[in-house]
Amino acid sequence: MTDLSRRKLIIRGLAATAGVSGLGVAARLAQKYGLVPPDHGGFYGLGETLTYASQRLLTRHSMAREFSRSQISKRPLANELAPPNEAFKRLQAGGFADWRLSVDGMVDRPGSFSLAQLKSYPSRSQTTMVQCEEGWSYIAEWIGAPLSHVLDAVGVHPQARYVVYFSIEPDWWESIDMADALHPQTFLTYGMNGDELPVGNGGPLRLRVPRQLGYKSVKFITHLTVTDSLKRFGKGLGSASPEGGYAWYAGI
Amino acid sequence: MARSESVEVPLGDHVPRSASAVPATTVTSRHSALVRVTHWITTLCFFALLVTGVEILISHPRFYWGETGSVLTTPLFKIPIPSSRALVPSGYGYVLPDQNGWSRYLHFQAAWIAVLTGLLYAIYGFLTGHFRKNLLPRGTDLSWRAISTAIASHLHFERPSEAEAWSYNVLQRLTYLFVIFVLFPLVIWTGLAMSPAFVSAFPATVNVLGGQQSARTLHFFVSLALVVFLVVHVVMVCVAGFRNRMRAMVTAQASARKERI
Repeated sequence: MTDLSRRKLIIRGLAATAGVSGLGVAARLAQKYGLVPPDHGGFYGLGETLTYASQRLLTRHSMAREFSRSQISKRPLANELAPPNEAFKRLQAGGFADWRLSVDGMVDRPGSFSLAQLKSYPSRSQTTMVQCEEGWSYIAEWIGAPLSHVLDAVGVHPQARYVVYFSIEPDWWESIDMADALHPQTFLTYGMNGDELPVGNGGPLRLRVPRQLGYKSVKFITHLTVTDSLKRFGKGLGSASPEGGYAWYAGI
Repeated sequence: MARSESVEVPLGDHVPRSASAVPATTVTSRHSALVRVTHWITTLCFFALLVTGVEILISHPRFYWGETGSVLTTPLFKIPIPSSRALVPSGYGYVLPDQNGWSRYLHFQAAWIAVLTGLLYAIYGFLTGHFRKNLLPRGTDLSWRAISTAIASHLHFERPSEAEAWSYNVLQRLTYLFVIFVLFPLVIWTGLAMSPAFVSAFPATVNVLGGQQSARTLHFFVSLALVVFLVVHVVMVCVAGFRNRMRAMVTAQASARKERI
């Protein structure tokens, strides 16, 4: 009996030690390979980290599903009102000719791009789905410049890990990791279904991240920052979404 | 290995084949520790998934078939409840508070814990023969006569025989196998098929279901089936003797004594 329970105790102690140190090593490795989301703290950190880490390992290079032209939704839901601020109204009155996208942070050549400049990059299109976390969805053709072209133009530093992007609407900002930022389907989108991108769908400029839910595709983009850490932005949770109670990573 | 440990705490599936082998008042081990622990973790996760699933549903209580759907398209069906989004024409004059943030966090966290628990249970079930011994119906029980007799006695809400305190009857076995190997995998699959990142790596998982909105609709119906199972399961536990069955799943002790409710 005593021998048995002593052996049992030792085995369990060893197993527990191995388990705890295994978790420690796993956490270190996850941190090192960028598998831990910025909102990993708190009660839901376990689920978020498992989701983000497993999807990063599985989907780093995978392509969002593309659809045929016949599958384009006839009535794409324009779920946005024009931002009520003066700056937007002034730019809209001028046909968005003066809309600028400024790019700074960990880049060699910080700069600012007009819509015309963005349109001078090779234009790409993708027919992908917008999927809202609420449950509705639509398919549209999205036309724009891959974000990677703009990042190439400004020269991203090798230690960069995230791109933070801001809407003209205050307190509306998101961030994505470099895997999504450099992904060929991540577009600075200025057109939709063969036309200009309507304001109701985020025009004149929306960052489309088709492998994540719609709320990561921020509308009315005016500013990008390349960074190696999200700690300095807002409350340090990665974007405005976790500050409002929603997950930073929305590939679900 | 486990057997040498069972000196103190009786573990395992050493279920007597018939109640007559057990003196009428003996209290013996019914469910193994792993079955009991995974059962209650799954229960906890299921309730978390159910509550948060309903909260998420409230933000768009409309269902569609195919790839896409929104308030601008015709739904397959609507659920006549108020919504937590002003966007949805629910017919009610008010909008419920948005609970999606924490609901989504908890839904996916509970899903992870449930899936990992289920995986542990499945590995255990195959390795120890739990599925073969305790859940696979015996050949003789699979005749139509045996099954219809079992259904009839259930419909009459007959108290189960004492043997059934030690072993599952044929309807239980078939139902548990269906839940474990059909409904649980389906609910996980239809859930994953709604993930834009997951389907970017495995597009067939959503394409064979008919599209992302079809996956969402199927997820709803499979969840509904699991709720029906839960209700019937709890009712049957009550009919069979709530305290005894509950004790068996908590402490592993089951007694063959006739029980007073």
